[in-house]
Amino acid sequence: MNLTFDNETGLLVGGITAVLILASLVGWILARRPGDHEYRATIANLNARTRAWWLMVVIFLLAMLSGGIGSVILFGLTSFLALREFITMTPTKRGDHGTLLWLFFVITPIQYGLVAVGWYGLFAIFIPVYAFLFVPLRSVLGGDCERFLERTATIQWALMICVYCVSHAPALLTLEIPGFEGQNGKLLLYFVLVVQASDVLQYIWGKTLGKHKIAPAVSPNKTWEGFLGGVATATLLGTALWWATPFTPWQAAGMSLAVTLMGFAGGLVMSAIKRDRGVKDYGTLIQGHGGVMDRIDSLCFSAPVFFHLTRYFFT
Amino acid sequence: MTSLVAFIVRLVSGLQARWLGAEPVDCQRVYFANHTSTLDAAVLWAALPPLIREKTRPVAAKDYWSANSVRRWLANDIFRALLIERRKVTIENNPLREMLAVLDEGESLIIFPEGGRFAGPEPQEFKGGLFHLAKDRPQVQFVPVYLENLNRILPKGKLLPVPLLGSITVGSPIKLETGETKTGFHDRARNAVWSLHLA
Repeated sequence: MNLTFDNETGLLVGGITAVLILASLVGWILARRPGDHEYRATIANLNARTRAWWLMVVIFLLAMLSGGIGSVILFGLTSFLALREFITMTPTKRGDHGTLLWLFFVITPIQYGLVAVGWYGLFAIFIPVYAFLFVPLRSVLGGDCERFLERTATIQWALMICVYCVSHAPALLTLEIPGFEGQNGKLLLYFVLVVQASDVLQYIWGKTLGKHKIAPAVSPNKTWEGFLGGVATATLLGTALWWATPFTPWQAAGMSLAVTLMGFAGGLVMSAIKRDRGVKDYGTLIQGHGGVMDRIDSLCFSAPVFFHLTRYFFT
Repeated sequence: MTSLVAFIVRLVSGLQARWLGAEPVDCQRVYFANHTSTLDAAVLWAALPPLIREKTRPVAAKDYWSANSVRRWLANDIFRALLIERRKVTIENNPLREMLAVLDEGESLIIFPEGGRFAGPEPQEFKGGLFHLAKDRPQVQFVPVYLENLNRILPKGKLLPVPLLGSITVGSPIKLETGETKTGFHDRARNAVWSLHLA
């Protein structure tokens, strides 16, 4: 996993920085305008998001600068924090204590270790096969049968979503794409950019034009206007950035569309889980925590699909 | 070293203290909380701001915390715990007298009036000296604290903690009313702790 930095990387990073500077300026101007309580709350939320974005971009770039391994560690830590939020929310019991230790301190590090050494064969089946079978085995040794299936299934779910799915993002660095050697860092940056831009654009379209709710019982904030506008503009953005990828413009459009649709699905499914567990967002699960799951719900669903589409068609 | 241990405890327990009924200010207090995990005393202690932490001592069981050298080091040098006898209580080592002595030195205390660890979310009946402390030192603030999820992080009898998210909720101080009985005060104190789980 050797990453090189070329002019195109510089352009991507420069573009992101420019957008963030613009967003900070707009947020600063909007915050100085008079407005009612609801307006203030919306703007404060917007500015908090922008600040979180600056932080994420700086961390992400530092990880990329350290070469591939920094990104693997960064996503590994993200998985760890997401897993922590997810398991806190689920009804595990004392009998699961040993299983949970394995989850956090053995299975998650092994999965990211497999990414780091680029062992694709085991990376692809380690959690769906071996961890899947190991989890109920370890839990059964705890000797507690109450809600056993429910407890086991939620732990397996947590592993699949928070660890397996997320690990496909840094795994992009291990793909050997002819004519794109050493440039996979750009592909990872491109993927994360399109997913997150889709989130932000759906939020903006929804806030400005949103009227018709898609799934009011699941997420009152998701509207057709936000969904269509966000998917369309994020796909356009992804297409416009084709030069940073191994794709042609049309291929980039198709990939971006797949990523944004999967991202939307991820957000919707995670909303349903939060409602089921009676949590508004993962950030308020325990007061004062950032809520990593809220930021990566769309990435969880789109990373494996983007990875496999790229792997199947371009390697 | 002390701040490092406090930092590690906060990291492992992922905790965030919510000061709802009282501010984390320098004022003599007895913090009383539900008890579900070995981590409780350490976590509550670590959640205090450093200046207050220096003047606050958790009350803990001598038999547990002096069982080996690591626990002894943590209890004596780091937490500055007041280790009390649970089994062979005599007039000389009466826990109440030792607690009153600490209060008289101007320090605050962290106590777990259930007298043991229980896995359920709802606190058990309070026993022991909370009432006597409140009666003998009426000028001290008695602050209820609810600890959540810590028994999932480190259940009783387990060695390694799972890094889930825990939380601490601090409520409003309560006072012993004139003529209030021990049972009455303990029930009220227990409710003050339990009601924080909804806050």
